[in-house]
Amino acid sequence: MAILCDKETRLLVQGLGKTGRFHAKLSLEYGTAVVGGVHPGKGGTTIDGLPIFDTLRGAVAETGANASVVFVPPPGAADAVLEAADVGLPLVVCITEGIPALDMLRVKNALRGSKTRLIGPNCPGVVTPEQCRIGIMPAQITRPGPVGVVSRSGTLTYEAVDQLTRLGIGQSSCVGIGGDPIVGSSFIDVLALFENDPQTRAVVLIGEIGGSAEEAAAEFIKTQMTKPVVAFIAGQNAPPGKRMGHAGAIIAGGKGRASDKIAALTAAGVNVARSPAEIGEAVAKRVPGLTI
Amino acid sequence: MNVHEYQAKALLKKFGVPVPAGELATTPAEAEQVARRLATAPIVVKAQVHAGGRGKAGGIKLAQSPAEAVQRASEILGMCLRTHQTGPEGKLVRKLYVEVGAAGAREFYLAVVLDRAKEKLAVIASSEGGVDIEEVAARSPEKIHSAFVDPNVGLYAYHARELGFSLGLTVEQVKSFEAVVRGLYRLFVELDASLAEINPLVLTQSGQFLALDAKLNFDDNALYRHPELCELYDPEEEDERERRAKELDLAYVGLDGDIGCMVNGAGLAMATLDMIQVCGGRPANFLDVGGGADVEKVTESFKLILRDPNVKAILVNIFGGIVRCDLIAEGVVAAAREVKIQVPLVVRLQGTLAAEGRALLAKSGLNITPAETLREAGEKSVAAARAALAGQRDVASHLGAVS
Repeated sequence: MAILCDKETRLLVQGLGKTGRFHAKLSLEYGTAVVGGVHPGKGGTTIDGLPIFDTLRGAVAETGANASVVFVPPPGAADAVLEAADVGLPLVVCITEGIPALDMLRVKNALRGSKTRLIGPNCPGVVTPEQCRIGIMPAQITRPGPVGVVSRSGTLTYEAVDQLTRLGIGQSSCVGIGGDPIVGSSFIDVLALFENDPQTRAVVLIGEIGGSAEEAAAEFIKTQMTKPVVAFIAGQNAPPGKRMGHAGAIIAGGKGRASDKIAALTAAGVNVARSPAEIGEAVAKRVPGLTI
Repeated sequence: MNVHEYQAKALLKKFGVPVPAGELATTPAEAEQVARRLATAPIVVKAQVHAGGRGKAGGIKLAQSPAEAVQRASEILGMCLRTHQTGPEGKLVRKLYVEVGAAGAREFYLAVVLDRAKEKLAVIASSEGGVDIEEVAARSPEKIHSAFVDPNVGLYAYHARELGFSLGLTVEQVKSFEAVVRGLYRLFVELDASLAEINPLVLTQSGQFLALDAKLNFDDNALYRHPELCELYDPEEEDERERRAKELDLAYVGLDGDIGCMVNGAGLAMATLDMIQVCGGRPANFLDVGGGADVEKVTESFKLILRDPNVKAILVNIFGGIVRCDLIAEGVVAAAREVKIQVPLVVRLQGTLAAEGRALLAKSGLNITPAETLREAGEKSVAAARAALAGQRDVASHLGAVS
């Protein structure tokens, strides 16, 4: 078991520019069933051996795909996500960075009640070790195992996964939910999946300054979760009012501070690593015997 | 992107929100001409900088005549305005807005923002206008009223009615309030704002609403579809290094420590700053070189970091996922040669082709301290900055002894 994607996942690629093609190839090499791509106007051709379709609806009908990954540039990204949702694809992972916030707000409200689960945008994607790679994560640093990883960041996720792997602790799935103010799936959505996943025995949550997603996650962990959670919050010393790279990483009006998030998580029984170098060790300490 | 008050008011006017008559002035003489054209008293002379709290800092003054407007204008122009939002360095006043002085019977607060938790647009109103809304939120949260709007459905009259009546307005007043709310909402949505705030929104004796001050922020990610807004960008309002970073498409935030940082990815960049502080040091900047880091970006990043005279050491922290560490190492070597970095350099390469990258650095003959883990990177950079600082002190005391 794992969450979101596994050996059964049949993946379509929306947006086959340089980045999309490069990562489609890496995912294929990792063993992911990448079954085709969508490129309006190039239907019927192949790109890097992948069959190409003009519409996502056509691609799903032909290939039986059950997931897509979006690399479409910002102006067309909302359109690509909504196209996938309209077809009823169960999973859409949007990698695109720089989508206007209002576009995402409209998409998010349009997806309410739909059966499509959106991960991202502005995220590194999802990896279920040795089964499936969707997005841009360096899957070679992951190992199969009992720890679920959920994060708002990309490279900091790699850092945490690397610390776990070096300690001999494998991962069930690694999920980047994205660094934008509005994302398709929240910490809570992914925590709920890990809570219900038999393979997952503990969860690492990596948050950062801005918004209140970590506080909401703390409330969920306190009331709904039985599995142990270890966390790290990036930006403990970020100045207020400055956007720290991610569109969503800003302390505004005294809200979104790391200290408040750490306090909320600690109160919910989460072990919060104070140093980013101690995420792996904190997991090993909290749940002894996790090493493979 | 922030805009000035005078630009915000022009936009509000375009969207049907009433604002006092006024014009921009860049010299005392221009201020006098504007005052003559407005032909009323009092008039208000307002410093145009991207910061709140201008009034308390002496950036907003009343004048009873065109002659007095000249005097006030010459006092404010060229002053370095320090408010709670500018930081201690303050902001140089280059422009003034001269407008008709208006007083209200009542002052309100009105704003449209994107509510991240509710995932809706929030229209926020308060009967406590003219003060910081954060202050009101802390002191009397019951005085803040919100209406949440699904952007796919849009704003309806009832949203404004609910807010208007909770502010204690009469039926007639609620009608004109609704027009203001509609205008502000339409501005937010049509121009991709991230904040549209009127504070204070005054209700005049004659029963008219007027936006006395306004703040508009726009979503940088949406500027590509608003070329008319890009023209409102005022580069002089931005920190010089942050402006240069923007041109280079790098995310940079200047801080007040002495360890320069170059990292790939925003989350890891923030965590690297945290690591430095855990090790007892202070970072000089946040810098995310991004996923497509190449020799040019690495070189420009070094130049940017070294523009800060406080930098005593530099830490490069790269977790190569897709970024190849060998290419980063080539970039570091080329950049170090071109820029002639005089401060100690600690480099941590991890992930894809890290061993190859480290070998390249070792072979380069450059004085680079390698680090294996994040913790080691933090410790070594803090030690390097301390040693550099101690070295400076030694030289200083030595020079003192000689003289």
